[in-house]
Amino acid sequence: MATPVVDNQGALGLPYPDPPRRRAPRTSLKLRNALVGWTFVLPNFAGFAVLTLIPVLLLFYYSLTSWNIFGNADWVGLENYRRLLADQSFHIALGNTFYYAAFHIPLTIAASLGLALLLNQKLRGAAFFRTVAFFPYVTSIVAVAVVWNMLFSPEFGPINQFIGMFVGGELPGWTVSKDWAMPAVIIVGTWRYMGYYMLLFLAGLQTVPTELHEAARIDGAGVWQRFWNVTLPCLRPTMFLVTVMVTIESFKVFDLILVMTEGGPGQATLVLSQYIWQKGFEQFELGYASSVAVVLFLICIGVTVVQFLYNKRRDA
Amino acid sequence: MATRPSALRKTGRVLLYLAMIVAAAGILLPFAWMVISSLKTNNQVFTAPIEWIPDPFRWRNYVDIWIKGDMVTWVRNTMTVSVVVTLLQVVTGSFAAYGFAKTRFPGRDALFLLYIGTIAVPWASYMIPQFQMLSSWGLANTLYSIMLLQAFGAFGVFLMKQYYESIPDSLCEAARIDGLSEYGIWWRIMLPLSVPALASLTIITFVTTWNDYLGPLIYLRDRELWTIQLGLQRFVGDYNAEHALIMTGSVLSVLPIAIVFLLGQRYFVQGIATTGVKG
Repeated sequence: MATPVVDNQGALGLPYPDPPRRRAPRTSLKLRNALVGWTFVLPNFAGFAVLTLIPVLLLFYYSLTSWNIFGNADWVGLENYRRLLADQSFHIALGNTFYYAAFHIPLTIAASLGLALLLNQKLRGAAFFRTVAFFPYVTSIVAVAVVWNMLFSPEFGPINQFIGMFVGGELPGWTVSKDWAMPAVIIVGTWRYMGYYMLLFLAGLQTVPTELHEAARIDGAGVWQRFWNVTLPCLRPTMFLVTVMVTIESFKVFDLILVMTEGGPGQATLVLSQYIWQKGFEQFELGYASSVAVVLFLICIGVTVVQFLYNKRRDA
Repeated sequence: MATRPSALRKTGRVLLYLAMIVAAAGILLPFAWMVISSLKTNNQVFTAPIEWIPDPFRWRNYVDIWIKGDMVTWVRNTMTVSVVVTLLQVVTGSFAAYGFAKTRFPGRDALFLLYIGTIAVPWASYMIPQFQMLSSWGLANTLYSIMLLQAFGAFGVFLMKQYYESIPDSLCEAARIDGLSEYGIWWRIMLPLSVPALASLTIITFVTTWNDYLGPLIYLRDRELWTIQLGLQRFVGDYNAEHALIMTGSVLSVLPIAIVFLLGQRYFVQGIATTGVKG
């Protein structure tokens, strides 16, 4: 890697005829290279910095103020955070966010890995099946929510009609019932995202060497043993990536809940993102909403960092 | 002994096919129900038992929706935003990716890490300061806000960088010796070589922007600015008893994306696989 760098500088140095620059070619070239690099990055970075980085930094400041609809952003220190500790709705939102994650993460990983393994069997019609499995991911959340809400309709919805054919007694109320609203949202979330992660697993499965499978088969390993001892260990990098991505996606769940249940019935499906939205854009308690947002931010970053550290330790 | 394994294999295959068919049917069911219901009258949508074939087919819904909803405006707005965002994302994303993949400058890797790090940051956590900022610039309640919101994501830079790194450095070296500037290398060598990745980024960005609901929900107040997702959601609120028409609207909102997706599926899939392979 060292030689091309020297070549590169030499090649770029040639078109410089003026002597003063020649006296210190290394520094001026370095500066020039850096400037060229920056001009490439800058157009995108400017937008990124203004629209993402600065708001993230501002967030921490706002969370320490009493900023409200009247626009007075007085410094209140940790007052908002003290309020969070006693806020019942915040606790419910936090609990529901973890409830969603606790089921959505394992279900999505299992379903997407299952689909990927099925697709990897080189069956006829696999290409069509891949399209089908991925399709929910590209359809809009609004259409998805509207359709599923009708499917989940307690009395005449197709889902309860189907269940009613096998089970008697009281059927789940799904999105209109406190106990069943969250499972309904989790089902739709899994249905929607499993196709995406299936593609990642499928890409990972291509990297599993066939010789290993052959060798294991010759040694008399069954299907299950081969999956457990060959496929899964080879998939570890993919598994890690998928786990990180599903986890982030779970904790930031927002639009799905907003269009399906609006957090209801009551607060049965209220999650953190939506609570930020309620406090900020409906009740205009912007300072307080920012402190909730800081909590969400820290959860997502924290969980990701922990996963990376854990992965590193297992690699070592 | 010879027949048993092959018979076992055969039943295995049959079971696999069965699993595939059942899974496909389960995944597609909501879409089938959506299309079927869009061709019914309101009373026919919820019946027991379910009417799988509408009788008669009510094509009128596909006319009525254009009258009752402001579909033309919604589609126009969504189209405008999606095209602008896609252009900005592809141009600035691939430009920045070249900087990250093929040039050297101090702080390059730290900066890239910053980009990647924000993928873990939920939009909900910084939407309030962002909204406040764009409002103070007078951009709230304009389509510009939605364009800005979507155009500079980390995803595009990441995807293009992954692809550029698969193109050998020696190619750039050769071009440099031939006297091409870095911008020339990007324009004349990298861009033509990265057409598949550009196609992936284009289609993924277009679909994401088309489907965005939260941005329009927070930023767009005026009816004439609504995008299709916002319009559909408001339509559901206004006509919540018109089950069949709501389904018609849903079909129409999904249709363009379905077509785009089916045409460019290969690139969509490759794009996602590229971002996944190296992590």
